[in-house]
Amino acid sequence: MSITQSSASLFSTTEEKEGTFNARYSLWIKEALDELPHSFTITDPFISGHPIVFASPGFLKMTGYSREEVIGRNGRAFQGPKTNRRSIMEIREAIREERPVQVSILNYRKSGSPFWMLFHMIPVFGNDDGRVIHFVAVQVPISGQKMRNGSGCSEMVFGSCRREVCLGSFVHQERALPVECDEQELENWEHCEASESEKLKSAEAVGSVLSVLTRYSEFAGRLVCGKRNCLRGADCLSSSLVISLGRIKQSFVLTNPCLPDMPIVYASDAFLTLTGYKRHEVLGQNCRFLSGVDTDSSVLYEMKECILKGQPCTVQILNYSNRKDKSTFWNLLHISPVRNASGKTAYFVGVQMEASCKDIESKELRPETRQLSVVGAVRVAVRSSFMATC
Amino acid sequence: MLKIKRVPTVVSNYQKDEASDESVGCGRNCLGACCLNGARLPLYACNKLEKSGTGEKVVISGEAREPPVAFLESLVLEEWEDRFQRGLFRYDVTACETKVIPGKYGFVAQLNEGRHLKKRPTEFRVDKVLQSFDGNKFNFTKVGQEELLFQFEAGEDCEAQFFPCMPVDAENSPSVVAINVSPIEYGHVLLIPRVLDCLPQRIDHKSLLLALHMAAEAANPYFRLGYNSLGAFATINHLHFQAYYLAMPFPLEKAPSKKMITTVSGVKISELVNYPVRSLLFEGGTSMQDLSDTVSDACVCLQNNNIPFNILISDSGRQIFLMPQCYAEKQALGEVSPELLETQVNPAVWEISGHMVLKRKEDYEGASEENAWRLLAEASLSEERFKEVNALIFEAIGCSNQEEELEGILVQPSGSVNQTGNRTLGGPITNGTASECLVLQ
Repeated sequence: MSITQSSASLFSTTEEKEGTFNARYSLWIKEALDELPHSFTITDPFISGHPIVFASPGFLKMTGYSREEVIGRNGRAFQGPKTNRRSIMEIREAIREERPVQVSILNYRKSGSPFWMLFHMIPVFGNDDGRVIHFVAVQVPISGQKMRNGSGCSEMVFGSCRREVCLGSFVHQERALPVECDEQELENWEHCEASESEKLKSAEAVGSVLSVLTRYSEFAGRLVCGKRNCLRGADCLSSSLVISLGRIKQSFVLTNPCLPDMPIVYASDAFLTLTGYKRHEVLGQNCRFLSGVDTDSSVLYEMKECILKGQPCTVQILNYSNRKDKSTFWNLLHISPVRNASGKTAYFVGVQMEASCKDIESKELRPETRQLSVVGAVRVAVRSSFMATC
Repeated sequence: MLKIKRVPTVVSNYQKDEASDESVGCGRNCLGACCLNGARLPLYACNKLEKSGTGEKVVISGEAREPPVAFLESLVLEEWEDRFQRGLFRYDVTACETKVIPGKYGFVAQLNEGRHLKKRPTEFRVDKVLQSFDGNKFNFTKVGQEELLFQFEAGEDCEAQFFPCMPVDAENSPSVVAINVSPIEYGHVLLIPRVLDCLPQRIDHKSLLLALHMAAEAANPYFRLGYNSLGAFATINHLHFQAYYLAMPFPLEKAPSKKMITTVSGVKISELVNYPVRSLLFEGGTSMQDLSDTVSDACVCLQNNNIPFNILISDSGRQIFLMPQCYAEKQALGEVSPELLETQVNPAVWEISGHMVLKRKEDYEGASEENAWRLLAEASLSEERFKEVNALIFEAIGCSNQEEELEGILVQPSGSVNQTGNRTLGGPITNGTASECLVLQ
């Protein structure tokens, strides 16, 4: 089973990022989503930084940003200093665990003004491989009208400057106007409960977006759905692991020694830049495609020995790139086995560094410190990815 | 019958459990006056201003190099991995099986049969929180320099600075980060403030602020710092904090909290609700220093009252949990059940946070949220005692009888049923903050 993933490796422009989104669905998906009245965003966990790849007109209107300012940003960009830390954690954990979440949270518009909204997010799975393809997040502004807990007005105290007004409105609760508290107050609220109708609105919006995605993915022949319908394959990494690995800005790959021919199961953006290959060209392949006629076979042998023994090693190897000039380069390569939560070796990490010239004495090779920090970061990510293979 | 693969270690002599301290001449490459001359370590000086954005600019003397992950994290990981590959740890912690225990909170259990075998015995009495430093006992000036990773300072500049090779100068009273040779997790390090000053294990304002700076610099919510007081399972009476990476929330961090008061400097103090160990949560404050000082004041109060406690610094330094405890006292009085004692799990900061290292396979296989809860509940102060201790703390931080004139009590609308106001002894009116989140399965 080949691993399908967003095709382009580098996303520096809005068009490119949106392009990966379009690639998954059939034509006119954007137009169909644009027609929906709701505020929502769609993010791609397989792109480094877990950025937004689609933002609805409703979202842009609500936040005051333009499309170019939003595409490519992570959702955190809309949080601010007074956003409740616990809510942020809830969202982060839902992403990590690939499950839905609905939480009220304080966000900030482009103008800097804060507003409360009900944030409702769901994962969208590939029907055939069980992977999380996207996260869909719907935002429903909360008016704050439902600010009572019903146990008496003594516990219902607003900020002092609004005290009279709010107590006044409490008395006339049936006719309470939407509380137009000034922004200072909004930021001071510990919490702002969404009303039942606001919660219903968010569920409805999520449903609408999902059904558009489902329909257009079906047309494209690669159905997505709201529930995971099959177990993720062994060659598929969880989206949370991919998000963690996506933070590492250095060339490296993960290979799986438990699969036949030890294929690459993850390749960083920097690896693709260094080697000139596209992601879909390297995933599922053994690394030997980087070697060529003049690659020293004794070095290859040395690597193989270390892998069999489960030991780290550092070699200097001649690699053949797929860059425009098809140049070769000296690769200071550091390889190490990486264990997951079971305590057993789950992957090998290979960290590449382009070396300017060949060292004569390869026995004394030591990895650069940058390479070691990649290994460390990978170890933490893999070990903590408890939602391991299915 | 060890199942852990033992990596051959290069262990400095003074790590072994030796009753007597032979002051042989040097060659140990330690941090004592004998070896310090000529010692060099990287130095990371964090910026003196508070971090606001996510961008982190670090000026590196020498060639500028873009680190793979945020700078401090890169430094910790690369140095740790280097020591890991050199075999400086007593065992490969990544070879220890670990899992999340099914349940509401997601306690994390690890099977680590090797950790306690060469454990340093606790060399001081466990019934006194304040004890003087004893140079004859094991302390961090005796570790080999290879265990030190880098110096860490609260810098003077607006930008963080990194010097790859800086002399360790006793005149500067350096603070260092060292590896924990018996790690709980990959990346487990120790922050030792002003190591050469030989401070005993007790919280002071400057040291807690340094720890907070480190959490903020790491800028990773999964990198926490922890502290155990004497009597709360600190094993060495030489001031140190611990830290490591675990890329998931601790149960302690997930517990709902109920706000109690806000101090004049804007520090919000809450108590945890529905968690086996009664704890306080400090957050906010007009500045990091305000938050740090408030917690330090609280700790000094506990220390002076001989109440053992643990601290967890979480959310990149934005949240500090304070957990007073009494397990050691109960143990000494024979009040802990034999089953719990047999697990040999001491509820120190990581255990209380929800990360349990289990020594026996049967405990690991049978690990459940109820078991974890039961153990931790033993460490907790009783409801009544906790209220008394809170009153002491509030008085110490200047909050008792404080009327909430300034801001008014903050709004607490919530759908949770059991929302009641809670008056602490002589304290201000409290109101609840349940963390509201509807999680759809």
